[in-house]
Amino acid sequence: MTAFFQLLFQGIALGCIYALVALGFTVVYRASKVINFAQGSLLLVGAYLVSVLATGLNLPFVLAVIAAIALLAAGCAIFQMMVLQRVLGQPVFVLVMITIGLSIVIDAAIPAIFGGNARILGDPWGASAVHVGGVTFNWVRIWTVLCTALILALYFVFDRFSRYGLAMRATAADEEAALAVGVPVRRVYALTWAIAGGVAVVGGLFLAGFPGSVNPSLGNVSLRAFPAIILGGLDSPPGAVVGGITIGIVEVMASGYAPGWLGSDFSAVAPYVVMILVLLCRPYGLFGTRPVERV
Amino acid sequence: MADDLLLEVEELRVTYGSSVLALDGVGFSVPEGGSIALLGANGAGKSTALRAVTGLLRFHGGQVTGGSIRFEGRSIVRADAAALVAAGIAQVLEGRRVFAELTVAENLRVGAFPGRARRREREIREELSELFPILAERADQPAGLLSGGQQQVLAIARALMSQPRLLLLDEPSLGLAPRVVAEIGQALRAINERGCALLLIEQSTALALRATKHAYLLETGRIRAHAPTAELLADERVRASYLGAPAVLGRPEALAR
Ligand SMILES: Nc1ncnc2c1ncn2[C@@H]1O[C@H](COP(=O)(O)OP(=O)(O)OP(=O)(O)O)[C@@H](O)[C@H]1O
Ligand SMILES: [Mg+2]
Repeated sequence: MTAFFQLLFQGIALGCIYALVALGFTVVYRASKVINFAQGSLLLVGAYLVSVLATGLNLPFVLAVIAAIALLAAGCAIFQMMVLQRVLGQPVFVLVMITIGLSIVIDAAIPAIFGGNARILGDPWGASAVHVGGVTFNWVRIWTVLCTALILALYFVFDRFSRYGLAMRATAADEEAALAVGVPVRRVYALTWAIAGGVAVVGGLFLAGFPGSVNPSLGNVSLRAFPAIILGGLDSPPGAVVGGITIGIVEVMASGYAPGWLGSDFSAVAPYVVMILVLLCRPYGLFGTRPVERV
Repeated sequence: MADDLLLEVEELRVTYGSSVLALDGVGFSVPEGGSIALLGANGAGKSTALRAVTGLLRFHGGQVTGGSIRFEGRSIVRADAAALVAAGIAQVLEGRRVFAELTVAENLRVGAFPGRARRREREIREELSELFPILAERADQPAGLLSGGQQQVLAIARALMSQPRLLLLDEPSLGLAPRVVAEIGQALRAINERGCALLLIEQSTALALRATKHAYLLETGRIRAHAPTAELLADERVRASYLGAPAVLGRPEALAR
């Protein structure tokens, strides 16, 4: 039983990171139908930003994180306005290719600038942990869960109650109608990218693990988070959360309990198995909206 | 030109892509506080004219290639949609287009997004609930659950939340029962009486007769005639032509003032 709780906790913590990746992805997709293949690479940038600010500039860690969030959010908004905005109205395919291009550039630029070796994150928790009834709670994972909960709460309050949150939902529901009633849709798009950038910093910093170190392969997380995004439904932020945490738990449980004959890498495959099973029953994911035909 | 014109469109040419000429030399005008109808059959270019005025052409891959559009004397050919709403031009798109997943109240809040309306949001909403009681009764329901007529009312109210000086409506009577059309006609007159000018796009005659004083007949991208609404619609040749029958207008200029 102790082992089960240990795995459950680790699964939830991992799932939180997937949830953050999926949230950044769905926020952009829901509003503009742009599939952002660079979300994983944004996590990579976020992690390096925190590392540089915390260990290079010696900022207090909390300040480094906040500054990194601000910087990456601004950077993503500027990227959206300078690049994606110009190809607005082109087939979605073009926009997708641009995000793939962005991810390739980032994945090449990071090792070119910082080298291929790991670099310390500068986190205050290191490998410290608390033990309760035989279960080890690493501080990094506790913080992962707490910070993710905070970010998600902030996001959902913003989405539901703020003026721009409403504008995001209106744009997602009907872009032309939103334009027609005066919603500055371009600004809404830029905002969704800013959110994607901001949550990527938080995801990236916890992805760095313990003891906290960043390396160029962190961006691969997007491949692992992919089943979470599909599972929850491409255009549903709550789905991103449920999908992310489910996939995190599935992955960790599979690594703990899968019988040997399934192979040593089954935990990497299990999320995809779950994803496919869910898609068989619900083709638009758990919370995704199917395209509604209207007059 | 007379300076009491709120909207003035002259010699407007609009093309979609590089080849489709949708409007060719179209002109019409809305006086301050006035009400006009733009009538025409399917494909005549009515929605295109509305898009040109409200900055939505780009969204549809179209562009103004000639002529002028002036609102309160200023050229608005290049302005973007959000800026035009903020300047006082509101519209109701063809097909209602309420935000189905949002509640009725949220739909109205989106309509109040442009800055100038925000301060008076509550006040405007109360005024509108008097005009359309259904808005208050169903405030917390998703808009998608409203009937077609109720959705049309919501779409109109949502547009009015920005406190426009000019309201454009694209076929608001489409698919509605005569009784509902009559109610909407009455509401539009009330709105007009409060000083908001109307530009009504229609294919059927009932609403145009109720709500507008002057009407233009659009046929394959050109204005064929214009006259006081009742007069224009009384003309058999006009009825035949814009209801989609083969063009039988011998001398359209005879009808023009
Ligand atoms: N996005 C577009 N791309 C290319 N051509 C278009 C586009 N939208 C409209 N057109 C063309 O422009 C012309 C006018 O269309 P428009 O939609 O303005 O007509 P309408 O009078 O509103 O018709 P309806 O009563 O059917 O709504 C038509 O020939 C149409 O095919
Ligand atoms: Mg039309």
